[in-house]
Amino acid sequence: MGIEITGVSKRFGDFVALDDVSLSIPSGQLTALLGPSGGGKSTLLRIVAGLESSDEGQVVIEGRDTTGVPAQKRNVGFVFQHYAAFKHMTVAKNVAFGLEIRKRPKAEVKAKVDELLELVHLTQFAHRLPSQLSGGQRQRMALARALAIEPSVLLLDEPFGALDAKVRKELRDWLRRLHDEVHVTTVFVTHDQEEALEVADSLVVINDGRIEQVGTPDDLYDKPASDFVLSFLGPVTTLGDRLIRPHDIEISRYEQAAVVDGPITRWTRVGFEVRLEVTPTDPRHPDPVQVVLTRSDATALGLHPGDHVWLRPQPGADAVVHA
Amino acid sequence: MTTLAPTDPGTARQRRSRASSSLTRGSAIGLGLTLTWFSLLVLIPLALVVVSAAEGGWQTFADTLRNPQTAAALRLTVTQSLIVTLVNVVMGTLIAWVLVRDSFPGKALLEVVIDIPFALPTIVAGLVLLSLYGPQSPIGVDVANTEASVFLALLFVTLPFVVRTVQPVLIELDRDVEEAAASLGASRFTTFRRVLLPALTPAITAGAALSFARGISEYGSLVLLSGNLPLQTEVASVRILTYIENGNEAAAAAVATILLVVALLAITVLQLVSRAVARRG
Repeated sequence: MGIEITGVSKRFGDFVALDDVSLSIPSGQLTALLGPSGGGKSTLLRIVAGLESSDEGQVVIEGRDTTGVPAQKRNVGFVFQHYAAFKHMTVAKNVAFGLEIRKRPKAEVKAKVDELLELVHLTQFAHRLPSQLSGGQRQRMALARALAIEPSVLLLDEPFGALDAKVRKELRDWLRRLHDEVHVTTVFVTHDQEEALEVADSLVVINDGRIEQVGTPDDLYDKPASDFVLSFLGPVTTLGDRLIRPHDIEISRYEQAAVVDGPITRWTRVGFEVRLEVTPTDPRHPDPVQVVLTRSDATALGLHPGDHVWLRPQPGADAVVHA
Repeated sequence: MTTLAPTDPGTARQRRSRASSSLTRGSAIGLGLTLTWFSLLVLIPLALVVVSAAEGGWQTFADTLRNPQTAAALRLTVTQSLIVTLVNVVMGTLIAWVLVRDSFPGKALLEVVIDIPFALPTIVAGLVLLSLYGPQSPIGVDVANTEASVFLALLFVTLPFVVRTVQPVLIELDRDVEEAAASLGASRFTTFRRVLLPALTPAITAGAALSFARGISEYGSLVLLSGNLPLQTEVASVRILTYIENGNEAAAAAVATILLVVALLAITVLQLVSRAVARRG
């Protein structure tokens, strides 16, 4: 059940947006489609919603084949990056829209709208117009509007992309809690790896119209299937001939069995973190290596800018051998 | 600089008092220039028309209105302008839609052609209409000296108004709003009625007001084809000219004043319609 995507392809002229994509999204989970801009993740979401048609392939939503079913009849909730609010309607009217289309009795519509506005904390804004709301509030309204029709799946296209960092963070936590309450199968598209890792139950990394890897946040972070996944999910640096996360490097002021050694040529302190750059003396690996450690670790090790240090991967660190 | 700051919608009274108490030199000069310009070009001439109509007293007014020829001309002008405006509301919106949403060969050309009724001297338009729909019509359609000729001429000259007011608004409309409505289950028609139409209404009514105002004042394009037959195809502007030629300026001003009132009424009604539709959504 959930969403079954089989062999979906989509071209826009010469550009291949999706190339034979197959994917199974389990029911009741919060799944993130993660990837760089133009990688095809939004196109896939829009095909599931019926807002775009695929050239080939099949999408089955909760056991129902949606091939040829228009967006109006898919019962899919969709949330857009730029809210897509009905500007001339009040918040309550926006949320009621889908129910009024379905010709539900007035009392039922009102009860449902009240319940949803309560859920998204907009009760006191029910009679405002969308233009009188902040971005975060508008997006919560859009979410309530999408949830009003009791969709079989909820799709969010870069839902927090237009918001500033702080509101983004709040809404992210809030979406996670909301999903724990509502349990509707939810898929959201994002290019922000932190957002995906923090919110989603499972991640689908999409690049160049193809799926790179599917898995839980832990799987993807610790056992990336490719250089692309490794570098997309977080910072990476080159240690010798390997790609590794900068915080997975063991650093020492004393000579030890090491991959590379050299002086600390750059020292940046950001909050509790210290970011170092070590320029290896070995001419075979001339590129500086990035190392991240906490400030207390740096103090405990007695490190100072310019010190000669020895670097090696921490035991148990996952790394992908450079091809 | 304080007058530049309050862009948020406060009440009208607040804004006015703030503006009067703290005009900077720049905005004071701007306001003065605007008002002088506006007075010279619009307010003083309009006031003069009303004054000269009032000079003859209510009697002239009543006599002019009771004159069957004038009454018929006014009735014809207003009715035809109303019908033409209604047609424009539908067709203009449709044309704007096609121009914005569809792409087809010759679209750029059509964009230019739309503006021809604006650019063409009206008497040239009249000549074109006369040669096409007159007694020597090459296509065998002769509407000369009928009410249809008035309708046709007005339709021709008012075509661009609704198209040109609706077009920019339609371009600015986000497609994802329509997609949102579709994903919520709204049919294309429902989406148009409940989501697009309320957004377009201010533009449509503005275009309709322009179209109607142009309709009741039109002279050049219909004067050749309509034949100006008293009680049949004579319009108000022709009536005014006749009064002036006969030296009866008070009566001319009276007709002009009536046209002015009709135009104001139409604009007010359209404003109310626009607001009502916006609220209803």
